[in-house]
Amino acid sequence: MTAFNGALEFSPSRVGAMVRRYWYLLSASWPRILDLVYWPTVQMLMWGFLQMYVAQNAGFFARAGGVFIGSVLLWDILFRGQLGFSISFLEEMYAKNLANIMMSPLRPIEFIASLMIMSVVRLSIGMIPVSLLAIAFFGFNLWALGLALAAFFVNLILTSWSIGIFVTGLLLRNGLGAESLAWTIMFLFLPLTCVYYPVAVLPQWLQYVAWALPPTYVFEGMRELLIDHVFRTDLMLEAFAFNAVLFAAASAAFLALLHSARENGSLLQVGE
Amino acid sequence: MDAPDTAAIAVSDLVKRYKAATAVDGITFRLPRGSITGLLGGNGAGKTTTIAMIMGLVTPTSGTVSVLGAAMPKERYRVLQRMNFESPYVEMPMRLTVRQNLSVFAQLYAVADADARIAQLAVDLDLNEFIDRATGKLSAGQKTRVSLAKALLNNPDVLLLDEPTASLDPDTADWVRSRLEDYRATHNATILLASHNMNEVERLCERVIIMKRGHIEDDDTPARLLSRYGRETLEEVFLDVARGRGVHAEAAQ
Repeated sequence: MTAFNGALEFSPSRVGAMVRRYWYLLSASWPRILDLVYWPTVQMLMWGFLQMYVAQNAGFFARAGGVFIGSVLLWDILFRGQLGFSISFLEEMYAKNLANIMMSPLRPIEFIASLMIMSVVRLSIGMIPVSLLAIAFFGFNLWALGLALAAFFVNLILTSWSIGIFVTGLLLRNGLGAESLAWTIMFLFLPLTCVYYPVAVLPQWLQYVAWALPPTYVFEGMRELLIDHVFRTDLMLEAFAFNAVLFAAASAAFLALLHSARENGSLLQVGE
Repeated sequence: MDAPDTAAIAVSDLVKRYKAATAVDGITFRLPRGSITGLLGGNGAGKTTTIAMIMGLVTPTSGTVSVLGAAMPKERYRVLQRMNFESPYVEMPMRLTVRQNLSVFAQLYAVADADARIAQLAVDLDLNEFIDRATGKLSAGQKTRVSLAKALLNNPDVLLLDEPTASLDPDTADWVRSRLEDYRATHNATILLASHNMNEVERLCERVIIMKRGHIEDDDTPARLLSRYGRETLEEVFLDVARGRGVHAEAAQ
């Protein structure tokens, strides 16, 4: 037994059990699956048609084909990644099943790993059809970004997991009273990470904040790729470095909040 | 008093304080392996907090809890695989079928040959009629049987039960008690049972711990409690303790 008394042991089988539990729930509920596809589709169509309109009236936007749709799709990776993570956890609270889980041999690290996997599963169910619709409606092929897309995806999903881990800690500590955070916290990133406009648009002092957030590098990198056809490796590496710090900070916060939940008896009172 | 290595659960000077209240205030008891003990007390007596500390869900303010030789909550992962619990206030995912739920928990507890174990429990606890039905569509009695099946999946050495027959009709409640007696007899399991049902405690438990406002007010066999308080039923004993009449009754004797 280690100094951590087994808390850091990792069992892929237990992770698999949790993924199976969430998959059973998801696959048996068509409203849940529809929800994964519905809103990204609406967003993509709205911004796609807006871009078509603007492109007909402005030379720059005609040259910057796909920037809006690309922004929408990448934003959805960030937003839906976190939401998929947090909703899977919330399902345990809604089901009043959390004590069963916390009392089982499942380690926190395994619980988090299963939520990460489910965030990718849920994201894939929503984003793959929507990316194909983007090709059909607007001729924008996200997949044609190739390795750049992989770099964008890795950085965005890492940020979304970090936020998801932090929110999960808050839910453990504060119960469903913190539920609204799970749905809204990522919107704080929408203006600050410059999803739809360059960082240069922001006031100088706010630019420092923006550059401290990993997704900002991804959205800047995407614009450079689509407008100037240049892939900025340096931006991706910087994003990755910031993500490493963010992920470590979120994990530390989660463990502190879980410890606090055990101290305060919050694991017994996961209601409002 | 049991030797330290034979106690399945050992609680010593256990205290749990929250900001505004003391939920458990310096309780001590030891439960030998293979025993069934009832934990009685009114609302707010500290029963659930005590059980939560034994499970490792709540960290004690001071004092110690040891389960099967492991200090809780620090060493909980050494023993969680050998423990389980059941409570009507903790549910299983409603949209999953009974079989899916049991299968997920079997994997979490690393149950060997899970399918065979689930099939055996389905026979023992009479689940086959609804094993492929969504858990949320079951009656209260059926849900209790499913929760009990989940609690027995891993053949636990220590079983913690929080009001296991609450909201059940007398027939189903009696049936559940029989299953618990069978399980204890066949597995030499240690069972700690929090309950408000005095008949249940009288029938199942060889020892009763009565809590009030975080303290242990009394701790003895049901027969000795009845004798000491001069009462016919545990319910009367419970009311004496709850209403502060215990000392007078004892003095009168």
